[in-house]
Amino acid sequence: MLGKLTWDAIPFDQPIPLISGAVVILAALGVLVWVIAKGWLPYLWKEWITSVDHKHIGIMYVLLGLLMLVRGFIDAIMMRAQQALAFHAQGYLPPEHYDQVFSAHGTIMVLFAAMPLVIGIMNFVVPLQLGVRDVAFPTLNSVSFWLTATGALLVNMSLIVGEFARTGWLPYPPLSELRYSPGVGVDYYLWAVQISGVGTLLTGINFVTTILEMRAPGMTYFRMPMFCWTALASCLLILAAFPVLTATLAMLTLDRYLGFHFFTNEAGGNAMMFMNLIWAWGHPEVYILVLPAFGIYSEVISTFSGKPLFGYRSMVAATLFICIVSFCVWLHHFFTMGAGGDVNAVFGIATSIIAVGTGVKMYNWLFTMYGGRIRFTTPMLWSLGFMTTFITGGMTGVLLAVPPADFLLHNSMFLVAHFHHVIVGGVVFAVLAGITYWWPKAFGYRLEEFWGKAAFWFALAGFYVTFVPLYVVGILGMTRRLQHYDVAEWRPWLMISAAGILVLIAGAICQMVQLSVSFLRRNELRDTTGDPWDGRSLEWATASPPPVFNFAVLPQVQDAEAFWDVKRRAREMHGSGSEPHYEALEMPRNSSTGFVCAFFATIIGFALVWHIWWLMIVGLVGAYATFVVFAWRDVPEYVIPAEEVARLDRANRIARQEAPYGASAI
Amino acid sequence: MKSVGPMVRQAALQALLCLAAVMLAPSLACADSILEPVGPVGRGDAIILLDAVVIMLAIVVPTIMVTLAFAWWFRASNTRAVYRPNFTYSGRIELIVWSIPTLTIFLLGGVIWIGSHRLDPFEPLPSTAKPLEIDAVTFDWKWLFIYPEQRIASVNRLVVPVGRPLHFRITSASVFNVFFVPSFGSMIYAMNGMVSQLNLQADKPGKYLGLSAHFSGDGFSDMRFDPIAVPAAQFADWAAGVKGAPLDRAAVGVLLKQSRAVAPYTYRGVDPALFDAIASQKLPPGEGPQSGRGAPGTQNAMSRGRAP
Repeated sequence: MLGKLTWDAIPFDQPIPLISGAVVILAALGVLVWVIAKGWLPYLWKEWITSVDHKHIGIMYVLLGLLMLVRGFIDAIMMRAQQALAFHAQGYLPPEHYDQVFSAHGTIMVLFAAMPLVIGIMNFVVPLQLGVRDVAFPTLNSVSFWLTATGALLVNMSLIVGEFARTGWLPYPPLSELRYSPGVGVDYYLWAVQISGVGTLLTGINFVTTILEMRAPGMTYFRMPMFCWTALASCLLILAAFPVLTATLAMLTLDRYLGFHFFTNEAGGNAMMFMNLIWAWGHPEVYILVLPAFGIYSEVISTFSGKPLFGYRSMVAATLFICIVSFCVWLHHFFTMGAGGDVNAVFGIATSIIAVGTGVKMYNWLFTMYGGRIRFTTPMLWSLGFMTTFITGGMTGVLLAVPPADFLLHNSMFLVAHFHHVIVGGVVFAVLAGITYWWPKAFGYRLEEFWGKAAFWFALAGFYVTFVPLYVVGILGMTRRLQHYDVAEWRPWLMISAAGILVLIAGAICQMVQLSVSFLRRNELRDTTGDPWDGRSLEWATASPPPVFNFAVLPQVQDAEAFWDVKRRAREMHGSGSEPHYEALEMPRNSSTGFVCAFFATIIGFALVWHIWWLMIVGLVGAYATFVVFAWRDVPEYVIPAEEVARLDRANRIARQEAPYGASAI
Repeated sequence: MKSVGPMVRQAALQALLCLAAVMLAPSLACADSILEPVGPVGRGDAIILLDAVVIMLAIVVPTIMVTLAFAWWFRASNTRAVYRPNFTYSGRIELIVWSIPTLTIFLLGGVIWIGSHRLDPFEPLPSTAKPLEIDAVTFDWKWLFIYPEQRIASVNRLVVPVGRPLHFRITSASVFNVFFVPSFGSMIYAMNGMVSQLNLQADKPGKYLGLSAHFSGDGFSDMRFDPIAVPAAQFADWAAGVKGAPLDRAAVGVLLKQSRAVAPYTYRGVDPALFDAIASQKLPPGEGPQSGRGAPGTQNAMSRGRAP
């Protein structure tokens, strides 16, 4: 009746997951009870859960990403503590548990923290910057989000029902095959990643369509803000790479569920094929994350330098260059499998060529600052921290692309230090810069600067104290994923690294304090103009938070910096001109399709993990029925009357006219 | 004037080398560091690594300094800095901006091309001595080193003669692992159904660190072995004096079962066809665990699978 699911699935013998799981469940129930008691449930259901507004979906993505960032960070703290303790000892985590912790850390951080954060910011910002009212397929957007949330839920469910994969964040066969991983851990991984992967692919389709088809009148490709270009490049990579991931994991699933032999030791299976395929997705994946991060830095550096981006076309070229070359480098993940001098050299050179594109970007940001008037706000600090950190992280990356050097450093702690160097210094810093930068647009008030800057300095210092020692132990021959060790030379470095984690915790606390303090002081920090930073692109041309339709009248774009151009002309004319002619607007209706779909997807995933076949059929029927009901709906849109549009827009117009043009709040 | 240029360049290079040395000094001092190799392969790898670091530091350090300098000078409160809100394009700067990384990668590309060929792990070392043949097999979770010419085998201990090239054939009887002795140099994967080759040499007697550099399951941390380099005469004595049961199919059957932290022991009398039988999968692969939540026939994953 319940397949493989029995009481043994609950880890009664392991206090750590049991207690932490219980705490999480109680906290979630507490929040739910609080929301119901306050009577907020109808509001949440109407305005958020069923919302197809790209701004609300973007905010929910970021919230999910931040929650998962905390979860993954807790895993990181556990790992650093284990390695600090496990010298000539077992530490406090047995290998069976430690292996789940590092597998969950990687999976969660890449797929359920970084991806939702980047996609969330894309969701919120891209339609506003393009000067349009929504994405191309609003309901599909909601489905994407909820499927991603399903994946995150399944991963976290494995904490207390069963186990998570013990194979690393990429389940290399033969270790991940049934013979060597008979538990449900790998199955949780497979279904969580497959379901959220569908969501990511749909996001890719949605944003490529939006950017190619739905720009404001006059916004040609070369008038798009840099963030839109990087979002386009990132989504093109999603379209090309995620089907590879889906197919690869589907083959592993067939091996595990139906006795196929794609990657097994027996019957002609070839595990090498998995390495090739998974990295054909895996390497573009890091550019899917880092390209939008580059876009965020471009926006922030340009705005706070008070200048347009230097070498805009060069920047676009570098972005597309990285986008294409990122597909020609996957073999550098296994130089040490012995492909031979020619193959290794070609992939080594291809990999280092990517650094040309990144180098060009770095110099363009440098010359954007040249001749500027730089305001050192929190987002600008994150960007400067990125510029100085990422360049050395890129350097260690190119080092790993030199095959003879990789023969010494492959899979070592040096590698671990390298990719945290670029992902933390590149993506996490960007996301925190982006959240601080667009927060006033999303909620109508700025974030408090003191705690934001404190968070930055702790994060920067903590980053170096944590990861520089890992470079050193890598040079001392330490490989990754060791649950215990007995090499005395490694110990002091691992202790320093654990101390670095404490500094990072201080940074995380400052970040949380910043959000809380800013919320409490929101009336002091209020921005009524919608343009708190003296911005240059169209998202700053509307109110904060923007009305549901984003722009009362679609902007007419005449320049690469659409809003800067508008402000300049308005200043020349001493005012923003007469009130436009308002018309009634049609906006997409909210839909519970995404949420209901994800509900059934969760059931399907859970049933497949535990082989509860009847429940899987129930889930499939439910998901299909949801789709049919959505397809047969009669009224997809509703009308906002012209008077309502005018009423919502006027308040912001008045606030803008009272504020002096070109002068910023800071 | 002519003599100044090279001097400046030399001084700059020396400064960079010093910087690199200071950064890496703590690790250089230790044993088992990849920067303290005891053989020609490790030395070749380490030199290329350091070359690449120096080439890149030559542009990385100035770029970081210029970034901080620009950010500081063009701060909004500096009234002496000239504000140029329309400085958004300069053909000359664009040319330089694309040239600097491109030229660096050209140089580095040469290093990569030459290094990849010269240090290809499959290529025999240039030496007049005949290499010692060693066949390595990984099991869950121990290393088996077969010396086919001596008809002996050793578990979790690799004894090698100093100054003589070593030729490894490496495969796995279960999941992937990586053969790695940091002091000797290059590592290579051990993969089921495939045979990798590796050529190494140790020039200094001593006991070194040996490990698997690819995660292979719950007993991975104990995938350690002791590489011991001894003078040639001592190696011959050791090989002649090795005792133990013969290594045949039945003995391999025992190795195929999962076990952890196995103390080193030896075999005398090795079936010469055994390595090929494992590599060509004529012998069954490693058994794998009988644990894991939700796996058939298991009650409690955590208390199982431990070494006795």
